[in-house]
Amino acid sequence: MSIRLQNIAKHFANTQALEPINLDIHEGELVGLLGPSGSGKTTLLRIIAGLENADSSPQPGKILFGDRDVTNVHVRDRRIGFVFQHYALFRHMSVYDNVAFGLTVMPKKRRPSNGEIRARVFRLLEMVQLQHLANRLPAQLSGGQQQRVSLARALAVEPDVLLLDEPFGALDAKVRQDLRRWLRRLHDELNFTSVFVTHDQEEALELSDRVVVMSNGRIEQIDTPDTLYRAPKNRFVFEFLGDVNHLEGRVRNGVLTCGDAHLNVDLPDGDEELQLRPHEVRLAEEPSAESHLPVTITAISPVGAEVRVELEADWLAKPWLATVRHADFERLHMRRGQRLFAHPRQWHRFKEDAKTPEQQAGTSGLGTASAAG
Amino acid sequence: MRRIGDAPLVRRLLIGAALLLSALFLLLPLVAIFAQAFSQGVAVFWANVSNTFTLHAIGLTLVIALMTIPICLVFGVALAWLVTRFSFPGRRILQTLIDIPFAVSPVVAGLIYLLLYGRNGWIGGWLDSHDIQLMFAWPGILMVTIFVTCPFVARELIPLMQAQGSREEEAAVTLGASGWTTFWRVTLPNIRWALLYGIILTNARAVGEFGAVSVVSGAIRGQTNTLPLHLEQLYQDYNAVGAFASAALLALIALLTLAAKAGLEWRASRREAYT
Repeated sequence: MSIRLQNIAKHFANTQALEPINLDIHEGELVGLLGPSGSGKTTLLRIIAGLENADSSPQPGKILFGDRDVTNVHVRDRRIGFVFQHYALFRHMSVYDNVAFGLTVMPKKRRPSNGEIRARVFRLLEMVQLQHLANRLPAQLSGGQQQRVSLARALAVEPDVLLLDEPFGALDAKVRQDLRRWLRRLHDELNFTSVFVTHDQEEALELSDRVVVMSNGRIEQIDTPDTLYRAPKNRFVFEFLGDVNHLEGRVRNGVLTCGDAHLNVDLPDGDEELQLRPHEVRLAEEPSAESHLPVTITAISPVGAEVRVELEADWLAKPWLATVRHADFERLHMRRGQRLFAHPRQWHRFKEDAKTPEQQAGTSGLGTASAAG
Repeated sequence: MRRIGDAPLVRRLLIGAALLLSALFLLLPLVAIFAQAFSQGVAVFWANVSNTFTLHAIGLTLVIALMTIPICLVFGVALAWLVTRFSFPGRRILQTLIDIPFAVSPVVAGLIYLLLYGRNGWIGGWLDSHDIQLMFAWPGILMVTIFVTCPFVARELIPLMQAQGSREEEAAVTLGASGWTTFWRVTLPNIRWALLYGIILTNARAVGEFGAVSVVSGAIRGQTNTLPLHLEQLYQDYNAVGAFASAALLALIALLTLAAKAGLEWRASRREAYT
């Protein structure tokens, strides 16, 4: 079932939680709402669910599930499944009763027979691999198990759309990884439309078909994870999706200068701020004709596929972060206090005054510095 | 490793003081009540208890308590629900207002009711012209009893319901449950122990209330005399055994209430250990 939001806005007392939002979610899609806390993502999800009402003035918004207008439909009749951040399992009911709840509260006419309920609950428990814990109370389960029960409970009523509010937020990293993959598989198998909220960019990029990046009650960008990462529409999206190094300076005759550092750029004269991802910084023992960016290594973290190196210099307001292949790390004999030269493989530039996405799309730029080597 | 303040001498002194004070102020009076009540034998005690006026006082006290409890129960649950599940202007003030019956002396409460609903009172005058008598009759006793006991249930529920939040209820509604179903199957089971505890406290206070009731009841023997009032009358009439027989009954109710409360707490702690 597709979801279409038209002109959905929300304010609490004096704060505008959501500016009027339009959003189309296609049938069978898994969409992540990504943003920092206070960006309005949870509010938006709760409005889709009907747990919160959108503003009816100045103009009323509209929510459509497929062709069905659910704007004024009560939560209990919207046919949604909602998974809460802290599971919200019924603490006095067994796992079985939790999953069966949605079926047992159906009006008599639609309610399946007891045998049918039993069969369906056990099928769901099997799907979440918890059939052996059917008689336990929620408090006797681990966080990951509780979240699976809560998912089975939401799916029991066969909802049109599944909404998940920070579903893995309260779990530890390993369990989160497993559950993420498991949810992705489940989604592909059952093919329902899902929307989930997260503040974890990695989770959003890994799990979603498309990601909606939000800040301050606005949608900043809607795109596939790949496009989002490679072609961020504005500075906020760029900075929110990963670590960023800043290079500020003044451009004159095609050379950006900052203290004793300089870099050849193809930009008009004036003050500029460039941004680089850690993997776009290459380290070498010599400067090149294009760039002269002397740095000192202040910290090294060799954990993972790449070595993370922290760099400082007089001309830098904030330290840089560079990721280096283990082979290069060994070749250059990197150690703390060593002086090297940074070479941008690529840099990004966003105009500060751009406030709305339309303007930003025109002025955001992608540049490539032809560093030697 | 010894913890701070855990010196053996300090510990023994504190325990000794606690035991001594409990014995002097709690245990001894309790023993004295029963000793006095039975000082002239079981037969005299029984004669005093089975006296018509005493029996009537017992009956009235129990009826008032039985009527108070459901009213306070509904009121308390509704109030706790309102305060913890909705946000509206004046919510804080309402939460403070709940405590007024605790803050006001019961005698003052009784006087206010007399002033309002008595024959010469603002509302009482109008009621009197319609032949409705509230003061110096059982409705008056019921009214002031409700006044002094109404905060108990709400006071027990509010912190619990605040801590539990409304997520479970939201979950129930997203699964298609109606408001009633949600209340009966999700909210009520989660608050039942606090609710029972509130009822026990309400009952204890309703049975034992003296100040407010004494102002509005008129203490007419065989008509508007509750057990605490009856006790006081007997004592004023120099019938020590009769007074203590009634006191023993009240003490017995108190002990039963305490036992019920302890039983509930024991159950609750067992449930916690189990989960």
